[in-house]
Amino acid sequence: MKKGLRWRFSLIGAVVIFAIIFFLPSTPVFKAMPEWWGKNLPNRGITLGLDLQGGMHLVFEVDGEKAVDSAVERTASGIRQLLTEKKIRFTAIKRSGFTGIEITHPSESSTQIKKVVENNYPSLRIKDAGKSRLNLILADKESEKIKETATEQALETIRNRIDQFGVAEPVIHRQETNQIVVQLPGIKDPQRAIDLIGKTALLEFKLLDEESPVAAQLPASIPSGGEEKLLSEFKDRIPEGDEILFERVVDKETGRVSKRPYLAKKRAVLTGDVLTEARVNIDTRYNEPYVSVSFDSEGAKIFERVTGENVKKRMAIILDNNIYSAPVIQERIAGGHAQITGRFTENEAKDLAIVLRAGALPAPINMLQNVTVGPSLGQDSIDAGVKAGMIGAIAVILFMVIYYRLSGVIADFAVFLNVIILLGALAWFNATLTLPGIAGIILTIGMSVDANVLIFERIREELRLGKTVRAAIDAGYKKAFLTIVDSHVTTLITAAVLFQFGTGPIKGFAVTLSLGVMINLFTSMMGTRVVFDLITSKRALKRLSI
Amino acid sequence: MFEIIKTPKIDFIGKRNIAFMASGIFIAIGIVALIQIARGAINLGIDFSGGTSVHLKFEKPIPMDHARKILEQSGLKDVDLQDFPAENKLLIRIKKSDIETGKVSENIVRIFSEGFSGTKFVVDSTTEIGPKIGKSLQKDALIAVAIATAGILIYIAWRFRFKFGVAATIATFHDVLFVLGVFYIMNKEINLLLITALLTIAGYSLTDTVVVFDRIRENMKLRYKEPIPLVINSSINEVLSRTIITAGTTFLAATALFFFGGEVIHDFAFAILIGIAIGTYSSIFIASPILVVWKGRLRK
Repeated sequence: MKKGLRWRFSLIGAVVIFAIIFFLPSTPVFKAMPEWWGKNLPNRGITLGLDLQGGMHLVFEVDGEKAVDSAVERTASGIRQLLTEKKIRFTAIKRSGFTGIEITHPSESSTQIKKVVENNYPSLRIKDAGKSRLNLILADKESEKIKETATEQALETIRNRIDQFGVAEPVIHRQETNQIVVQLPGIKDPQRAIDLIGKTALLEFKLLDEESPVAAQLPASIPSGGEEKLLSEFKDRIPEGDEILFERVVDKETGRVSKRPYLAKKRAVLTGDVLTEARVNIDTRYNEPYVSVSFDSEGAKIFERVTGENVKKRMAIILDNNIYSAPVIQERIAGGHAQITGRFTENEAKDLAIVLRAGALPAPINMLQNVTVGPSLGQDSIDAGVKAGMIGAIAVILFMVIYYRLSGVIADFAVFLNVIILLGALAWFNATLTLPGIAGIILTIGMSVDANVLIFERIREELRLGKTVRAAIDAGYKKAFLTIVDSHVTTLITAAVLFQFGTGPIKGFAVTLSLGVMINLFTSMMGTRVVFDLITSKRALKRLSI
Repeated sequence: MFEIIKTPKIDFIGKRNIAFMASGIFIAIGIVALIQIARGAINLGIDFSGGTSVHLKFEKPIPMDHARKILEQSGLKDVDLQDFPAENKLLIRIKKSDIETGKVSENIVRIFSEGFSGTKFVVDSTTEIGPKIGKSLQKDALIAVAIATAGILIYIAWRFRFKFGVAATIATFHDVLFVLGVFYIMNKEINLLLITALLTIAGYSLTDTVVVFDRIRENMKLRYKEPIPLVINSSINEVLSRTIITAGTTFLAATALFFFGGEVIHDFAFAILIGIAIGTYSSIFIASPILVVWKGRLRK
């Protein structure tokens, strides 16, 4: 045996062994392997795409405008508070336009107000608008920054929620400027996951305004969906600084949902950012789950003061503008704990605790895309893919043997190498196998013989010219080489583009296609050559079965 | 030796006018399809148009009329129903909904569990795509096609001559347009998977063209005294058996996908099948004749 031959044989052997070792964890056989194997050798294997194992692919968009809106709102009330504290006189502070605040004031306090704003809100641009009016506008750069931060925070919050929800191998990342992609493989209850992620989870404690006569005029209950109507009815009657909020009431016996309106103070006593802990407990009397929350020391102090000042009044616990419960304050509550009850199921209570712990989203998010694949479809797809692959491979293999005889067997050997190395490479990169990916493998099988066909046809031509077997093989490989490279590179270009722009399943297809093409180049130049060299090295062949 | 064709001597170049005429019609249809896509007046998949699709799998056959009726009663508009009776599967599609993403599929599942209370079903898959995503996917697909084209043109122009690159690109576009045209005429859905298939076809067709071109270039150097049409014609003939065999094996693999790959991949495999056929045709009848027709320097 020639030295070069031995070296090439070893290389191919090594590649195949590596491929098998890497691919093994993706097969059921892996479970039967001894323990040391999993510890010392690759144990990750190929990941199945969402389309094969079932799961969800969600794209959310963070409503950055909303974040800017509430930042301006906060700034306006912050200025109001500052001016009041410093006893600077002003007539009114209100929003003007989307990012503007307008302050009307007696002319003598103009410079004082400007100073306060300049010192405390450097991101606001100040414009005089007549004698007694100031316009403050949020700089564009600042509102961009708010949007950016909102997306970052939303990403973090969603990640926290998913972590606590408990999904194996979720993928959560940002795309474009304000989109967040969430992939949850193998999820059983899609709707619950969407609800969990989508909740803004803005927790607020607000006092009810029961002294106003309007509170008594509110109906005890309205049918679900009638909120808009009620709001427009009461539009002009709602006292300054108050708002109407609704509690969702479910009739235990009929299961009918109705809404109960309350008149609440607009200003929140406390918001969710003072929360340190949220836990699910079970009320032993009614056997109903509830969520108990704890505040940090600052929050506890405020809560104690407010409850002390408002004994016998009602305080509403509000999540995302919905009242969950509105208990009467029985006494001053020290210690910084509160309970949220609301006729939860256990899962609802659990999810509520998760969103409270993970914190509120800085801005609402909208779902742009939701692709959910059930687990049974995934299995069907795998089965169909494997079946198609087997049948396709057998057809190609048979065809090659019939057409090229013994050389066809050699080409089939290359197909076999291709598939094994491709599977190993996919496992090595821990690539995601998708349904189009399986299609890619099957197509690769069809195309993998192409290089060999090119070579074989060349060899046949050389033989027709009367060359010896040895010389014909050499010439065949040599002449086909550049063509093979060219044809592979062009396919690689399209595969690379597919990879770059594709998402999910399509990316999976691009990965298998480009890996397949590269491996193909290796096996056709190395794999079959080595066999031919082996056959011709021992003795000079008179005839080649081709 | 077992050969399909023994040393063929077919006059491919001589038949170029017939081929150009046929291909002219193909391309015209393809361009019509493109225009219709731009106008949105085509069976665009919800990947691009936005909307909802829900796959349901029932445990026993269900009457389609009833399914249609309960959907109508619920006030959902523009519902597209497709059933796969062999597996008791039903595909419900609603395009361009104005309803908030996430609500439509929920609705559909509810309508069916109420309307078919006696028949159990599982939700195989739901897909909801908001209009914004559809727009950006459309843009991405266009960019992908443009980049792929440019990359291929540059590579071939570098490896051969500019003229070869243009000819190969025209042939590739021809194939992609043809498949698009077929999908348009058959009113099949234009979706992301089809774009994937089209790019795959482009890669395949190009491979085919490059193989022929390689032989043409090689022969031009060897037989520099012969007229170019003759050299090109015999080059095509020399690689013909390779062309047919490779097309054949790839076709076999795609056929397996078409028949056994499952319904999700069915149209994809179909596109690949016709793509292989047209890609083979175009490398022989379109790409090479362009080299002959286009006067100018070919030899280096």
